[in-house]
Amino acid sequence: MAGKTLFEKIWERHVVKTIDGGPSVLYIDKHFIHEVTSPQAFNGLNKRGIKVFRPQQVVATADHNVPTLDQHLPIKEELSRRQVEALKKNCAEHGIELYGLGHPYQGIVHVIGPELGFTQPGMTIVCGDSHTSTHGAFGSIAFGIGTSEVEMVLATQCLLQSRPKLMRINIEGTLNEGVVSKDIVLYILSLITASGATGYAVEFAGSAIRALSMEARMTICNMSIEMGARCGMIAPDTTTIDYIKGRPFAPKGEDWNESLRYWKSLFSDADAVFDKEINIRAEDIEPMITYGTNPGMGIGVSGHVPALNEVEDREKVSFEKSLAYMGLQPGAPIKGRKVDYVFIGSCTNSRIEDLRMVASFVKGKQKADNVEVWVVPGSKQVEKQAIEEGIDKVFAEAGFMLRQPGCSACLGMNEDKIPAGKYCISTSNRNFEGRQGPNARTFLASPLTAAVAAITGEVGDIRDYYKSN
Amino acid sequence: MSKQINIVASSAVPLNIENVDTDQIIPARFLKATSRDGFGKNLFRDWRYENDDESKPKADFVLNNPRYSGKVLVAAKNFGCGSSREHAAWAIKDAGFDVVVSSFFADIFKNNALNNFLLPVTVSEEYLQQLFTAIEANPGTEIVVDLPAQTIGIAGSGNTQPFEINSYKKTCLVNGYDDIDFLLSIKPEIEEFESQTEKA
Repeated sequence: MAGKTLFEKIWERHVVKTIDGGPSVLYIDKHFIHEVTSPQAFNGLNKRGIKVFRPQQVVATADHNVPTLDQHLPIKEELSRRQVEALKKNCAEHGIELYGLGHPYQGIVHVIGPELGFTQPGMTIVCGDSHTSTHGAFGSIAFGIGTSEVEMVLATQCLLQSRPKLMRINIEGTLNEGVVSKDIVLYILSLITASGATGYAVEFAGSAIRALSMEARMTICNMSIEMGARCGMIAPDTTTIDYIKGRPFAPKGEDWNESLRYWKSLFSDADAVFDKEINIRAEDIEPMITYGTNPGMGIGVSGHVPALNEVEDREKVSFEKSLAYMGLQPGAPIKGRKVDYVFIGSCTNSRIEDLRMVASFVKGKQKADNVEVWVVPGSKQVEKQAIEEGIDKVFAEAGFMLRQPGCSACLGMNEDKIPAGKYCISTSNRNFEGRQGPNARTFLASPLTAAVAAITGEVGDIRDYYKSN
Repeated sequence: MSKQINIVASSAVPLNIENVDTDQIIPARFLKATSRDGFGKNLFRDWRYENDDESKPKADFVLNNPRYSGKVLVAAKNFGCGSSREHAAWAIKDAGFDVVVSSFFADIFKNNALNNFLLPVTVSEEYLQQLFTAIEANPGTEIVVDLPAQTIGIAGSGNTQPFEINSYKKTCLVNGYDDIDFLLSIKPEIEEFESQTEKA
């Protein structure tokens, strides 16, 4: 009998029962909720007259709708305020811990889960948010769900799920200078497209992945949803264990030792079988950027937008629509394109290492006159750490605006919108039409590539700076 | 919302664009409601109107084309990718669609659709192209989706194809059952599972 994959080991442990010819009832260990996708779920419970089944397994925060300036004041926008208030009321009524505005643990749900130690290997984790895949970086099965499913988990701590197929993406070798985990995931996306992993749970493996920090791993798993994957995951190792140890909600004492025993069993056996495997050489990856309107439309920063003859006939209509939206020509180089805004934030790249990466390049430099630069830390904890390390001063001296934690311009639900027609280089995860504001144009890139654009006002290649120094 | 699906026979709206993401289906700024109703009027908002202005419909967008109407939305590959917002399924259903046809659906959208009695029908790429061709040639073309028989066809043409759906979900849709009712009914088994896991 073949060995088991990491996914199978966790999945099998959480199946309550399997329906004949149908899905499995999957037990959920941890449920994160936020203000936007939960109110209708609570309404559903209230209509049925039932309470949340396991409130101690639910963690709530306000992130999507919150302003990133003046968070101490009441939220001005009425509908946003009502949603945040509804979350507060629902959490109070159902006994759920809420890290709302003003709380020192508040932040983007996929940033606070790991940093507070809620996210642990071998768990099943869900949230009404597609970027729940982030938590898979710890070796958990973590995926986004819709509001009806949020209601199911609140009511029963379970979901009906069909087992996805299994894919492993191996990245072997050493990354080139200037290439970071965001580039890895944008590179994978450019190879397999925005639907290349639909129907699969994806395990990322190989020496290049093992060498990454936890925060860098989270960036990759975060964007596994952009490939269509049900979830992304990375087997836990000493990097994982060292990261979790001592965090506020990490297991302690004998619980810690017991957890370690379980976590150490979580890897894909040597003879485990995947439905699909993809092998990538780390050395082939260069700093990446997207030119189009889905995250699979990426190229190296030294490359050019595909020419029309490089695009399949069937895809030409969508391709041309996308370029028309972006105001780009087929075959044009991307380097040297002017940008108007730089957004450093989102559940993809708003953690302390991301801010450090930006600060290391920016220190002693000034932003270009033609750009506005927004840095939005992922959480109050990240913000605090940045201030302790003096990163806030580096940004202030460079002319960057350090705002307060939230999802912000990643999806423009609050006031943080990129104006129509403007170009934004963004460390977030989606370049969809209108994502950052109606008719806003997004280039997705790493924090380093965003930092270069902040200083020069255009798309540039971080490697040029290493050469000249 | 009709909480049952059996046979849907209707003309269709052809949306021949690949990788339609849920931000297009319903932009984030319309997600501030705390109820499930009324999202239909903002379906594909930014593709439908110039500068967010309802008095300026974009003539080239298919939902504004008076030639097309019906309960079936036919869309190109990878429909519903991106954000998990169930509001996308609510908006499509609220706008009067009961079926979405594509050659490929994003995972979360597919689940959300099924949970709202919006039937996602996956067909081959070739068949999808035949549907687009037939509908664009004659907007009155009736598409017949027979859930109990698991077939989709172009009425009067004899051109019918089977489609897949798991038997549990099919039963739910035909009878109007919710997953949540089922899960609540097995709560004792869930509690038993929890106590076994505690002991392990």
